[in-house]
Amino acid sequence: MAFAAFGSGGGGKHSSPTKSNGKVALFLLIPGLSYLGLFFLTPLISLVVTSLEAPDPSGAIGVYQYGFEINNYVYAIQTFWPHIARSFTYALIATVCALLISYPLAYFIGVRLRTRPLLQGLLLTLVIAPFFISFLLRTFAWRQIFSSDGVVMQFLHATHILAPDQYIAGTDFMVIFGLTYNFIPFMTLPLYTTLERLDLRLLEASSDLYASPATTFRKVTLPITMPGIISGTLLTFIPIAGDFVNASPEFLGGAKTAMIGNVVQSSFLETMDYPTASALSVMLMAVILVLVSVYVKKSGTEDLL
Amino acid sequence: MATEFVARGADLELVGIRREFPGFTAIENLDLHIPAGEFFALLGPSGCGKTTTLRLVAGLDEPTKGKILIGGQDVTGTKAYQRPVNTVFQSYALFPHMSILENVAFGLRQRKVADPLAKAQEALELVQLSHLAQRRPAQLSGGQQQRVALARALVNRPSLLLLDEPLGALDLKLRREMQIELKAIQMEVGLTFLHVTHDQEEAMDMADIVAVMNKGRIEQMGAPEKLYDRPHTAFVAKFLGQSNLFTGQVVEQNASSISIDFKGHKLTVPKDRAERHSGLVTIGVRPEKAMFHEVQPAASSDVNIIGPGEIIDIRFTGVSNQYLIEIPNIGQVTVFAQNVGKSPVVELGAKVWVTFKVEHTFGLADNPDGATADNDAVDGED
Repeated sequence: MAFAAFGSGGGGKHSSPTKSNGKVALFLLIPGLSYLGLFFLTPLISLVVTSLEAPDPSGAIGVYQYGFEINNYVYAIQTFWPHIARSFTYALIATVCALLISYPLAYFIGVRLRTRPLLQGLLLTLVIAPFFISFLLRTFAWRQIFSSDGVVMQFLHATHILAPDQYIAGTDFMVIFGLTYNFIPFMTLPLYTTLERLDLRLLEASSDLYASPATTFRKVTLPITMPGIISGTLLTFIPIAGDFVNASPEFLGGAKTAMIGNVVQSSFLETMDYPTASALSVMLMAVILVLVSVYVKKSGTEDLL
Repeated sequence: MATEFVARGADLELVGIRREFPGFTAIENLDLHIPAGEFFALLGPSGCGKTTTLRLVAGLDEPTKGKILIGGQDVTGTKAYQRPVNTVFQSYALFPHMSILENVAFGLRQRKVADPLAKAQEALELVQLSHLAQRRPAQLSGGQQQRVALARALVNRPSLLLLDEPLGALDLKLRREMQIELKAIQMEVGLTFLHVTHDQEEAMDMADIVAVMNKGRIEQMGAPEKLYDRPHTAFVAKFLGQSNLFTGQVVEQNASSISIDFKGHKLTVPKDRAERHSGLVTIGVRPEKAMFHEVQPAASSDVNIIGPGEIIDIRFTGVSNQYLIEIPNIGQVTVFAQNVGKSPVVELGAKVWVTFKVEHTFGLADNPDGATADNDAVDGED
């Protein structure tokens, strides 16, 4: 019955196929659309509304009333611009580091190991193996490894690679290290997918046309694998910019490593400054949206196959 | 070497080439000399080592042993991008992220040739595709892509142009057109062409010299007409066209010819058309050089006669009919007869004698696999 209803449109007349297909598509989209409406659109609107709220006249902490307080944004930028800048700097450096580590790795697995599928599968499993252990546990483990009285630090101090008053825990380096480490699989997998499909005959053709291996990489391999680079960098840059675990002093961060995520967390949960926290979240989202669109446009994905 | 911009073809010399892969030897011991400006075809079945040979010349693979010389210079140790050689790949291998024009200009840019885009445009005109210069490879048909691949290689004026079955993916009509075009371009630019193919018609049609390759060795090399007229081995006789082969002991010889005894039939071959003159010898004849007769022909010293036999299959192929004749105790013989209205009209099951002139027979240096004096006639299929 249901099929018949879809097919004939119920009226017995011939309805155009695209029209009835459109109805079926809409029907199939209902669960997804309602999910997005309920769990994305509603919180987003609520977030924007909160970001514009004004303090309650009673002056009670954590109580706000509806308003149109654009000054919340001005205040958030004035107070927290170092955190905003730090977030994007960290995200940029960590994304570049992850790309530099992941590209050779993905190239090795996806290109060099093509003739050995067993080894290929094993290495891919190893790439995602860290996911088998909780993200928090692994991040905490790094803190232990680089803790001030740990073996690594003792060695670095004993060999005078680091001065006795220099430590790694709580520094920018430590946070970027943690961010890079945690997001490498998100970079490696999309890169692997494009490199695995790379037609090696194109590299031979390039070599046949007088291009050295370095030129071949620059002019053929890199542009053809650009879709993988773009999805990989987006999948790492966006979550890193909003991350708050790695930079938190309880994990790898210190007093001067707080990112937007940490500010949002403390504003919401500690100072209960909901409008400022919301304003920061909205701004983070807007900046990422702008950066990503500029990036995708600049890298010319529309030119790629 | 790659920096000089040559306008003429160079000769290619392979000396004692051997290429082993884990588990098998693709090329056993290959010596080959291709004179400058020739259109040379390397013909063989798949797996005979012809593509490996091409890759060795291009520098995409390294020989286990032996030397490769282009224009007299040893290039064995150099990489592909250092050799004055360009390849038209079987898969075309056009760069999908570049326009047609940029694809063609790629080699010129690498060699820092002045005005690469203008030269690329000229090359596209040569293959009649200048109007598609700004398109992407994916927007072109197979035949057009093939011509772009050709232009991309030709524009560099390589000393040696390698063609790796570039016409394999095209349909018959387009393939014919491209064969004519390719041959015209080769004559026009005067480059040395090394063409690898498994299509014997294509090889014979286009090449000045054909080398037939089998199991990593060159079986025979020469002008297409000579190879077809006088195959030296059973493999060449069967791979290049079709052949009727008969194996028997030499029973008689005089100053100009030898005769073998083939199951009671005396078959004669001129001495100057036979590789061996004694012992167990295989002689053959092309199906179109054989004829059949419904009445027994009179014995003659310049005609070989076998039969009588029965026509068991007739295949119509347009310009000719192919008859399969089963001769009791001897085996099957194939005869092609042109459909020009002169050959006898026969039915399946007709009783016929097969004749062929002594001057049309050829004697081989080897015998077909497993052939003995009493073996059946071997019918070669391509």
